[in-house]
Amino acid sequence: MPSATSSVDTLLAALTEVCGLFETSVFRGQTRVVVPAERLPEVLSVLKDRGLDLLVDISCVDYLDYRDPPMQMPACAGHRYGLVYLLASTATNQRLTVRVFVDDPEPAVASAVPLWEAANWLEREVWDLFGIRFTGHPDLRRLVMPEEFTAHPLRKDYPLQGRGERHNFPVITRNER
Amino acid sequence: MSIAPPTFESTPRSAAAARSEDYLWTLNFGPQHPATHTTLRLVLKLEGERVVDAMPEMGYLHSGFEKIGEHLTFNQYVTVTDRMNYISPMANNVAWHHAVETLLGIELTPRCKVIRTIIAELARISDHLLSNGAVGLDTGAFTFFLYAFYQREVIYDIFETLCGARFTNSYTRVGGLSQDMTPLVVEKIRTFVKTFPKTLDDMEKLLTRNRIFVDRTKGVGVLTKEEAINRGASGPVARASGVTRDLRKDEPCLAYADYDFQVCCASAGDCYARYLVRMQEMRESLKIVAQAVESIPAGPVNVGIGQRTALPTKQQVYSTIEGTISHFELSMSNRGFEVPCEEIYAAIEAPNGELGFYIAGDGNETAYRARCRPPSVLHFAMFPHLIRGHTLSDVVAVLGSLNIIAAELDR
Repeated sequence: MPSATSSVDTLLAALTEVCGLFETSVFRGQTRVVVPAERLPEVLSVLKDRGLDLLVDISCVDYLDYRDPPMQMPACAGHRYGLVYLLASTATNQRLTVRVFVDDPEPAVASAVPLWEAANWLEREVWDLFGIRFTGHPDLRRLVMPEEFTAHPLRKDYPLQGRGERHNFPVITRNER
Repeated sequence: MSIAPPTFESTPRSAAAARSEDYLWTLNFGPQHPATHTTLRLVLKLEGERVVDAMPEMGYLHSGFEKIGEHLTFNQYVTVTDRMNYISPMANNVAWHHAVETLLGIELTPRCKVIRTIIAELARISDHLLSNGAVGLDTGAFTFFLYAFYQREVIYDIFETLCGARFTNSYTRVGGLSQDMTPLVVEKIRTFVKTFPKTLDDMEKLLTRNRIFVDRTKGVGVLTKEEAINRGASGPVARASGVTRDLRKDEPCLAYADYDFQVCCASAGDCYARYLVRMQEMRESLKIVAQAVESIPAGPVNVGIGQRTALPTKQQVYSTIEGTISHFELSMSNRGFEVPCEEIYAAIEAPNGELGFYIAGDGNETAYRARCRPPSVLHFAMFPHLIRGHTLSDVVAVLGSLNIIAAELDR
């Protein structure tokens, strides 16, 4: 929607003023900002103060098998994980996507829980399914998979059918007294 | 889910305080329980009947929907989206294809937009009937529940006449719908529009001013407006706390901009407010359906052949060369249509809240990443915050009012 994009431009201008220039692109009316991992907490708190008060989603894309990097986002070239932070404003209905790229080994990023409580479970899910650590998260453990699970299933090198975990659950025996 | 002893996410307590809490009693609520909405688990720490803390656990229904999305084409994946919020599968179908069509940049035909609006609103009525019905059932009002379910049967009958399936419809396709709406369906919808308000009135007479129900739900599970925004609530849960965000008005897609309806909000933020918001939303949805069904535009329901995404009609296939080529390209498995190597997020106002899909395309018809943003995850995450200090019997009331569907929660 044209009006939303133009007001996002003022938001991006304010962000540039405070934090410096970041790479942005627009596709189908949606604006994406690429932020390096170490600047993320600063950028998110500036955006939250400027009106993007709703954290819609945190998710991740694993670019291991990507054939060609998308034209508008050359920053993903060479990186494996692209985190996606979707922010929205309840007052002005603007939306902004913040992208952060991290790599193997030990992919890690600062947690957004101090800013939004909604990030708590969303980051747990990204840790569970992709293996990206969120430093500063109060309780980073698996959400969707069982606690004993060892792999990170949504990575591209994990097969769709799994590695036999379904057939090898540990057997719990009851002690008879 | 785990076999290890639960750890509580609440505020850190000192060792001395923890020792003095030895008298607290841990109760495991679920994953199988007559009152839990499908398989989710709550470990409650109780002091007598008061809930001191709650630890929600999910993952009992995890089926790897997002991983499956990387192996199925867009038209195949719509069957998987049916099984997410299975109370209103039409809304999930509409949301998924809305996201796919945003990625591809397809503009739907007017007829398709109106039909999708009608089915999304019927799905909303169906979901709210079940949600409020379950709140009634959990608090003991069985007749209310059955009144709601009778009307859901009428909606299922409409869906069955429309596309052959009552439940997991998979009705939408990229660029259109699988079948067009026939006059019989329009007649059934008109009959529903005439007879539904009476049932809503009966249901309201049963519970809205019922002393027992009001006592059980007023002041229970209060969510303030700041907390709602901080914790990412959306849909009726957020609107009952005063957050006036409704994607049908804020980011109108399909044909919502053409119809006259109101966004229902409350400010109390308790279970009673959520119940009232859902009841009123059903009336507003009925208004949209009544307006839409009288003015369905004529014309094709799928996009034209030039777009190469929707299957052409048989007449086009047999009599025009473009039809034949298009049919071949779409049906052969190593062909299909071109998808830009880009990523988008698109959301609709599903009955439960903001249901969005983040899709990354990589050139062919299968998504590279299909992330579903389910409203139930954030609502379930805020459950401990809502329940602290309330009694055990309030647990079911709050859980019911949040309308958490485990299949959407776990995917």
